[in-house]
Amino acid sequence: MKTSITRREFLQKSLAGAGIAIAVSITPYGTKLLSAEEAAKEGPDFSPNVWLTITPDDIVHVIVNKSEMGQGVYTSMPMIVADELDADWKQVRMTEALAADKYKDPIWGRQSTGGSTTIRHMYKPLRIAGAAARQMLISAAADIWKVPESECEAYRGTVRHIVTKRSLTFGKLTEKAASIPVPKSPALKSEDKFDLIGSPVERLDVPDKSRGKAMFGIDTFVEGMQYAAIARPPAYGAKPLSFDKDAAMKVRTVSHAVPIPTGIAVCAGTPEGAWKGRDALDVKWDKGIEPGLDTASLEKKFMADLAKEGITARNDGDVKTVLDAAPKTIEATYVLPYLSHATMEPMNCTVAIGPASCEIWVPTQNQTGVLELAEKETGLKPDQIKVHTTYLGGGFGRRFEIDVVEEAVKIAKAAGKPIKLIWKREEDMKHDFYRPANVSRIEGAVDEKGRMTAWSHKIVCPSIFSRVFPGQVKNGIDPAAVEGVRNMEYEVPNLRVEYVRIDTPVPVGFWRSVGSSHNGFTVESFVDEAAHAAGKDPVEFRLGLLKNHLRAYRVLETVAEKAGWAKPLQKAQGRGVAQHMSFGSYIAQVAEVSVDKKDRSIKVHRVVCAVDCGPIVNPAIITAQMRGAIVMGLSAALKEAIAFAKGGVGSSNFDNYPLLRMADVPDIEVHIIKSKDEMGGIGEPGLPPIAPAVANAVFNASGIRVRRLPMKPETVLAAMKKV
Amino acid sequence: MITLEINGKQHSVDVPADVPLLWVIREHLRLTGTKFGCGKGLCGSCTVHVDGKAERSCQIPVAEAQGKKITTIEAVASTPSGAAVQKAWVAEDVPQCGYCQSGQIMTASALLSANPKPTDAQIDEYLSGNLCRCGTYQRIRKAVHKASREMKKGGKP
Ligand code: FES
Ligand code: FES
Repeated sequence: MKTSITRREFLQKSLAGAGIAIAVSITPYGTKLLSAEEAAKEGPDFSPNVWLTITPDDIVHVIVNKSEMGQGVYTSMPMIVADELDADWKQVRMTEALAADKYKDPIWGRQSTGGSTTIRHMYKPLRIAGAAARQMLISAAADIWKVPESECEAYRGTVRHIVTKRSLTFGKLTEKAASIPVPKSPALKSEDKFDLIGSPVERLDVPDKSRGKAMFGIDTFVEGMQYAAIARPPAYGAKPLSFDKDAAMKVRTVSHAVPIPTGIAVCAGTPEGAWKGRDALDVKWDKGIEPGLDTASLEKKFMADLAKEGITARNDGDVKTVLDAAPKTIEATYVLPYLSHATMEPMNCTVAIGPASCEIWVPTQNQTGVLELAEKETGLKPDQIKVHTTYLGGGFGRRFEIDVVEEAVKIAKAAGKPIKLIWKREEDMKHDFYRPANVSRIEGAVDEKGRMTAWSHKIVCPSIFSRVFPGQVKNGIDPAAVEGVRNMEYEVPNLRVEYVRIDTPVPVGFWRSVGSSHNGFTVESFVDEAAHAAGKDPVEFRLGLLKNHLRAYRVLETVAEKAGWAKPLQKAQGRGVAQHMSFGSYIAQVAEVSVDKKDRSIKVHRVVCAVDCGPIVNPAIITAQMRGAIVMGLSAALKEAIAFAKGGVGSSNFDNYPLLRMADVPDIEVHIIKSKDEMGGIGEPGLPPIAPAVANAVFNASGIRVRRLPMKPETVLAAMKKV
Repeated sequence: MITLEINGKQHSVDVPADVPLLWVIREHLRLTGTKFGCGKGLCGSCTVHVDGKAERSCQIPVAEAQGKKITTIEAVASTPSGAAVQKAWVAEDVPQCGYCQSGQIMTASALLSANPKPTDAQIDEYLSGNLCRCGTYQRIRKAVHKASREMKKGGKP
């Protein structure tokens, strides 16, 4: 359950002695625990990132500094605190954090959610916060009973005196406990004592989300607010030549029509007024910066760039010599399209600006970015700005961008009134920061014994980082463009990875699993082609290349066993496998498919997934994330591609950018490996293996090697003709 | 003035006749459980019951909804199938981001009141108009079956 306790109320409550409050500060110099009182005194550099309070009404509040977009952090983060605390899960509530320095991610120094990092970054501070509070409650009880602390234990929301079986609830202990100094280094539970961590605890947000009560960004209402709509250029860089302001102003309830950098904005008292007003503008646009840009022209450019020499991202051994001398070489070119995030909740933002205040309600993955933008746009100080993170109706990286916030703030300023800006689906699809398209050429060599001796991999791909985090582009290499290739698990003695950066007007951004979403496909398709060239079983061949990469080896072995790799197929005609490590987690998948003999459509019957993400917090959430990523990856593999036309985006809605529907979704079995290895992420890494697993299964079923996504029937047919 | 009967209550709204019912429900009457996803009848997020049938509220001009009984997610628990579906949704932890789920629940409950014991294929077909970007489909199927069993136990249709 979500409650609305503001940070200030929380501080007041706890400072008034009405409960315990604990902050954990993690800096490069170490971890520090503080009471709310101490935290309030800390200087500006202090950045605690977990707040926990226990109030006399027996409620444990955990303030969560991460965004909930379906990945379960509003449950998993409180779970970690509650377990260390020995709280009763029923007494735990969560509150989302406002944007503030205090809530920055301890590793990034920013408040944002992405890169499948939440649990990896927050596991330790959350455990410490819970353990400290537990220790304080035990001390309080021991003090009240005048017994040694060692005779007391915390158990599901109470502290018990083991000898006399007396017990007090946490709520009854808070007043006393609040006077006890926060322990500086509380002892953490031993893992075999975990009560919640490791179990499929039900999610806190599910009841509200099943009753239509969860508040997403689009559900925000502010006193006196207007609705805003934007007329946007149809082509990249197009400028308005003319627009009919008077016609727009005549539409019922329209109050403003103002140009902003991304188009012409209209404000009105009703949503229909704003959209009708926008249409009435009848904007005439010029042709934009590249009027000839369309799907074919883009592909031609990518293909032409394959001939360019790239920047070397990795160079082991001597690829050229080995390729030249090899008895058997193979070569393949793979083509992947631009993709849209298509979050089910379209972009939106609500803003209210006062003389000395600015309040923003937004489903965002990037609170720090929103706050900084609001400071810049309004000239206000951070403590005059409140950024409320609502529930996110999907994120997938799209909501790391703050474009919609910038528009909303600019419009609110111009209108002098609070405004709610809702993008229509067409705007959302045409003005995305897309998953980059990718064209890759790979050459490889297999020796007489069927061993892979050389791998030369050239990637032509736009750069996300040069816009978002340019500091992370080293030697001209975009880390996302080469991830999953440069660091591939396979042990190939001669390996070269080359990157050709391509710049087009199409903006690109983080899309679930980022570079691995395309590189997983090229690497895993090619290794399959190599296995075939070597005359080896695809699982066998891969295992042979993973002798020193035990986690990858183990997931692959597990998935083969669980899928019954060696056994005859039931319904399907073919079976394919792929493995890929991303965001610290090792995933392998087997897909079983049939290819229709007439129209070459692909039916996926079954997917088996093995995952090693290290220590497990909530297995139900891990399973849900694996399945969700597989469905999204399968949707991309079989259906999705952004089309371009006349200098802009042609795709507009789910009729011409179809997503996978229920009947196309196979049974997906998920097997979580018990692992004591380093913790990995779970939001993204389930996605990369599915497209290659399906493509490899299509080859196994039909002998058709599909090297282009999406694998629509016409693509499969074209690939068949080439074979 | 347009008069609507939503969740058993009468509402009068001053909106043009061609405004989609969705926006009247969501923004004018602030029953925000009903969601906007595509505005073109392609995603099912905006599904409500009109005289007991699942309909896409983004495709209905508000004037045409007059004189009909409209039920939204906020009141679907008052129908036997709606109550069973919501309960099953919670029991199976169906939602992820949750945005599509009101629409899924409205469609699933309409399915169960028309066909209390659907097969997997019938569920797939009936729900094929409801998109879920988070990929909760497997749990949706499971929850629909569970709701169907619970309804049977309750002795209701
Ligand atoms: S919003 Fe009505 S079907 Fe998508
Ligand atoms: S739960 Fe997120 S779109 Fe369905």
